[in-house]
Amino acid sequence: MEGAQMEDFRIEDCENDNNTHEDSQMEESEQNNKHMEVAPAVISVHPTRNSVAVAVGSDLRVFNLLEDCAVILVDEAGGASHNDSIRGIKYGANGKLFVSAGDDKLVKVWSTESWRCIATVCSEKRVSAVAISNDGLHVCFADKFGVVWVVDLPGVDETQAPLNKKAVPLLAHYCSIITSLEFSPDGHFIVSADRDFKIRVTVFPKKPLDGAHEVQSFCLGHTEFVSCLAFICTPDSPQGSLVSGGGDSTVRMWDIISGSLLDTCAVGAKVVSIIGENFVPTSLGSSISGGLLWMVTGASKLRGSDVSSLSRVKVISGFEKSSPDASEQEPAVLVDSEIPGGAKLLEKLQGSISVDEKVFLAAADAVKTAMCNLLIKKQYSDEKREFRKRTRNDRKSKQ
Amino acid sequence: MLQNKANPTISKSTGLPRKRFYRARAHSNPLSDSHFPVPLSPSHVDYSLHYPQLFPSSDCSDGSKKIEFADIGCGFGGLLISLSTLFPETLMIGMELRDKVTEYVKERILGLRLANPSQFQNVSVVRTNSMKYIPNYFEKGQLSKMFFLFPDPHFKEKNHRRRVISPHLLDEYAYVLKVGGIIYTITDVEELGEWMKSCLQNHPMFEPLSEMELDGDPVVKLLSTATEEGKKVARNGGQTFQAVYRRITLASQENS
Repeated sequence: MEGAQMEDFRIEDCENDNNTHEDSQMEESEQNNKHMEVAPAVISVHPTRNSVAVAVGSDLRVFNLLEDCAVILVDEAGGASHNDSIRGIKYGANGKLFVSAGDDKLVKVWSTESWRCIATVCSEKRVSAVAISNDGLHVCFADKFGVVWVVDLPGVDETQAPLNKKAVPLLAHYCSIITSLEFSPDGHFIVSADRDFKIRVTVFPKKPLDGAHEVQSFCLGHTEFVSCLAFICTPDSPQGSLVSGGGDSTVRMWDIISGSLLDTCAVGAKVVSIIGENFVPTSLGSSISGGLLWMVTGASKLRGSDVSSLSRVKVISGFEKSSPDASEQEPAVLVDSEIPGGAKLLEKLQGSISVDEKVFLAAADAVKTAMCNLLIKKQYSDEKREFRKRTRNDRKSKQ
Repeated sequence: MLQNKANPTISKSTGLPRKRFYRARAHSNPLSDSHFPVPLSPSHVDYSLHYPQLFPSSDCSDGSKKIEFADIGCGFGGLLISLSTLFPETLMIGMELRDKVTEYVKERILGLRLANPSQFQNVSVVRTNSMKYIPNYFEKGQLSKMFFLFPDPHFKEKNHRRRVISPHLLDEYAYVLKVGGIIYTITDVEELGEWMKSCLQNHPMFEPLSEMELDGDPVVKLLSTATEEGKKVARNGGQTFQAVYRRITLASQENS
């Protein structure tokens, strides 16, 4: 693939002082694919299901379930709030704040009451993951070089103009893309996952702006990139167990205090089928209480079809905590009319274009390719590596 | 250089590898995803591979004896060899990114083991990128000493983040070092020396050793004398800059 060839050459050039290009593999792929990278649609649900948000490309769409209406976002910048694909969206645990960030290197913090953008933070690099501390005082975001940044939000006054805040580094995974960022339910830890198979659990200090230096544990066991993290609270472990999913097709459960692997589940063990269509979710979301699993499939910057961005939302029910008397509930996919917010929600979050199922499958495929390119390391055979070394131009003339 | 009977890579007389067959560039790119096996976790490190006499079989490690010294960027192994006889009861390992250099150290250790029965059984080397994979090799608080001798200076400011001592990487080194464990750094590049010292000074989990403690530590002298780089610097009459710090517990933070 031509794009990859160009990229290969530049990786080898990394060490050369006369190389004018940016010096890392991640920057290379950004340079090459900047305008071409397919981005997955993402979804996030308010902790008490006041609203649901979907981001497709640079478009952030929110539906207010309490008032059963679409939300108009208010951003002083005017026009579309984000200029490029949004990669991460998340509600804070206390439900008051929402954060969105992505390829336009802007991290926007929103009030979930007024849906005004109350703060915009500029990131030096494209953002790959976001999280809000449980008390709503800090927002963290990770850039594609593996640095996690933190910014503080002092008592937010909505009447003020949006703040332009400067973030400081909190911690870093050495040169690895951070795919997910989560706070533990008790707020004591911040967990970061990367594409080098690692999950790091770090103590979130009382003064985060001084950096989070104390590593609690590393959760090691995935044999491929870790793509997502979530905390589950059960009666047995009210402080929450960490669950992670990765490119090795497993979902794993961890004890974050010791970093030990508690359980591994191979993906494919339990499948909920959606009758009559192929639906490949690109993102999942749920509220704390809900019992519903929200899913979105979609992508932006698609080429080769009439529609360059699209999204479709579905909901699975049957995850309510079952009481001892009730029979085991089977998860079931809700039909459109049963989804909270119904047709109005779907129209807002999906956009009004109706799209053929085949186009969705092609989109899911394009997302898969894009994410693989991003997260899976290039494997070169020994000969290819030797060949690449031969074309290096910085060798000394004598052996 | 061609390898043949007349020009063996291992010297017949000493049984030790000849350096000129293992020459490599001084610099290696820590960013590229090289392809060497990385243990899934510290419990997956094969002690029988590294210390066969002490751990005859893979599953014989009862967990009591673990690696305690790590030489990060061990080069041709000069420091490790010196430490091996100075601390015969301690397990130690060198980590090196360059393939050929790692091979050299392997051959050197094997040669020394053959020539000196029951010595040098406590030292080994592994080819790896320690900036990414240290948590894969060592458990929390496992190490009592970590060495960073003459690391790559990465002169350009935009490359400073590739330096092996950096504020963020110190978090990981603090994680694998036990409280009271010591980190030893030395360089002949003054700016790098300043950088490393300042990173350590500003990190809340490290404190400097006192002059008295430095004088009393037999390892400190080895920093500038035991390695190839150190000897070269001495030959050229260069100056070295060292920073030796102890891992401390994070001071409990008062409520802010």
